Amino acid sequence: MTDSIVNIKHADVLFVIGSNTTEAHPVISLEMKKAVRKYRAKLILLDPREIELADFAFMHLRQRPGTDVAVLNAIAHVIIRDSLANLSFIEERTEGFEKFAESVKEWTPERAEAISGVPAQQIVDSAYLYAHASNAMIFWAMGITQHTTGTENVMACSNLALLAGQIGRPSTGLNPLRGQNNVQGACDMGGLPNVYPGYQPVADEIARAKFASGWGVEYDELSPKPGLTVTEITQGILEGRVKAVFVMGENPMLSDPNLSHVKDAFDNLDFLVCQDIFLNETGEHADVILPAAGFAEKAGTYTNTERRVQLIRPALDPPGEARADWAIILDLANRLGANWHYDGAADIFKEMATLTPSYAGMSHERLEHGGLQWPCPTPEHLGTPVLHIGKFTRGLGLFKVLDYRPPAELPDEEYPFLLSTGRILYHWHGGTMTRRSPGLDTIAPEAEAEIHPADAARLGISTGDLVRVFSRRGSVVAAARITRRSSPGMVFMTFHYAEAAVNLLTIDAVDPIAKIPEYKVCAVNIELLTQLTDKEFSHESESTRAVA
Amino acid sequence: MINPDRTIQTTCPYCGVGCQIDLHVKDNLIYRVSGRFDNQVNHGNLCVKGRFGFDFTHAPDRLTQPMVRKDRRQPFDKSTYTTWESALDLVAQRFRAIRDEHGPNSIAFLTSAKCTNEENYLLQKLARAVIGTNNVDHCARL
Repeated sequence: MTDSIVNIKHADVLFVIGSNTTEAHPVISLEMKKAVRKYRAKLILLDPREIELADFAFMHLRQRPGTDVAVLNAIAHVIIRDSLANLSFIEERTEGFEKFAESVKEWTPERAEAISGVPAQQIVDSAYLYAHASNAMIFWAMGITQHTTGTENVMACSNLALLAGQIGRPSTGLNPLRGQNNVQGACDMGGLPNVYPGYQPVADEIARAKFASGWGVEYDELSPKPGLTVTEITQGILEGRVKAVFVMGENPMLSDPNLSHVKDAFDNLDFLVCQDIFLNETGEHADVILPAAGFAEKAGTYTNTERRVQLIRPALDPPGEARADWAIILDLANRLGANWHYDGAADIFKEMATLTPSYAGMSHERLEHGGLQWPCPTPEHLGTPVLHIGKFTRGLGLFKVLDYRPPAELPDEEYPFLLSTGRILYHWHGGTMTRRSPGLDTIAPEAEAEIHPADAARLGISTGDLVRVFSRRGSVVAAARITRRSSPGMVFMTFHYAEAAVNLLTIDAVDPIAKIPEYKVCAVNIELLTQLTDKEFSHESESTRAVA
Repeated sequence: MINPDRTIQTTCPYCGVGCQIDLHVKDNLIYRVSGRFDNQVNHGNLCVKGRFGFDFTHAPDRLTQPMVRKDRRQPFDKSTYTTWESALDLVAQRFRAIRDEHGPNSIAFLTSAKCTNEENYLLQKLARAVIGTNNVDHCARL
């Protein structure tokens, strides 16, 4: 987020795009609801599904999945056409406006309506609301990033903020909601193939020299060549270029798209090590399992979605011989010829802070008194609640010319339904944690497929019936849930259930820049299962059988 | 009413909001979780996962012992238990052999959006400074 959670309540307009906030980020949704109910903010919701937030929305734009660029380009078109743009902001702080203005000339609301299904008048109204607001915040989550046009979708949001000057002040800005406790931190720490900690490029000579000296290795020992992303690692294994994988606290064999393909890849590995708190689907294919301490059994820090670095503290001893991940990595490094010494997490943080400018002013000692938002460059600095005040990181904000591209795989005669995947309130990600917590799993014990009543009536499906959902890549069985939340022609499922792993169905088409898979759109078909055959029994889990 | 042996302030491990919580511990069990008010994130609020989703910590199938198997068809069980010493020796020896034969880019590391900053920092440092590869990624995109 460029802004802070605490500023949500002071915004006039909240523009929420592709975020089911009440289920995926419930506590942030409380701030949104407070802004709407108590402080009279207007919420514009752009989402294909009638999610709970729709009850709080002033306007709900229900686009066809994967048509976000068309809708956002048309909103930009109206802002420019009707002279709603913030010209002094554009003049002072941006570049590329003329080219961009030219490119959206053809993006009339009517054209966007034809592509997205969003009525032209709603597009016009939301342009006026957003541009006229004193302070407007844009929020998004995986609903716009998990597309083959994910990067363009985000750029389209950024274009709007620049156009209306809705960034660089409190209660404005571009606010992605991160789905995992420390996905922000994992990126900040260089858990990416192209950057060192603090987003310093591995290909940059100065950064490379700095890390070589900071880590006590020769300049030549650090590779300037960006590495492989998760999806490229799978491909690399299949092509025989990648021979060994070390997995710490992840489960690619449940969370990656087109799982059969991933399984073939991991079976091909010479050597697989998994370090985790449970034996998960990926671990089942490993050669070595290393037991790790959980969040309540170790010290360290997480960085939240608003860039706030906060401590975790040990409350329990790890079970059996499990050890903190950092201690295991330390021992392994020293066995591989390194000569590392760290007293504990605080000591590691100290070294990291000397090499990561945005964290340079932080230490565990300071964080004892409360979280700090990066950038925090010096020990006296109080942290940065709002980014881009006065100046953007790159200098001027750049308008991007964007064209609409349809999703990689759309419904056709053979696979007439559009499948979108996401989360529900009671479970989290691959379900490793929540499915082992009876208080949650009792409420949502089995995989469901959301189907619109019109489709259900045509296929003779009622709520609770078992249906097979199948794509070109695989097939799963789930209980039907007949609801108007999804549009006709659309099926929604979650990725929380290993026994009905929805990623057997999803497509591994990725955004060419961010390499994010298109989890929000692929083509499937559904059929009612009257009775499971023996063959199907062998594929299904205990819980599905119990229902059958 | 149960009185805790200790109450530990920490950060919720679920989504990216980063709610501040108190773990109430009795006899080495987390028996209650409450939201903290003294912060700018959750003001005492918590969602259903942050309040009731902590049984996994005490689940009977937590991994407690390093395990190594020579044949992937053999299931992991008590017979595959080993010591830290031998498990880490094996990992180091295999990584060294694979790097020597196929080069550093034949090894890849998945860091974790669930683990701490310190652990992510250390694993990417291991990949880059010790193995010599930038094949480092995690499931940020998923």
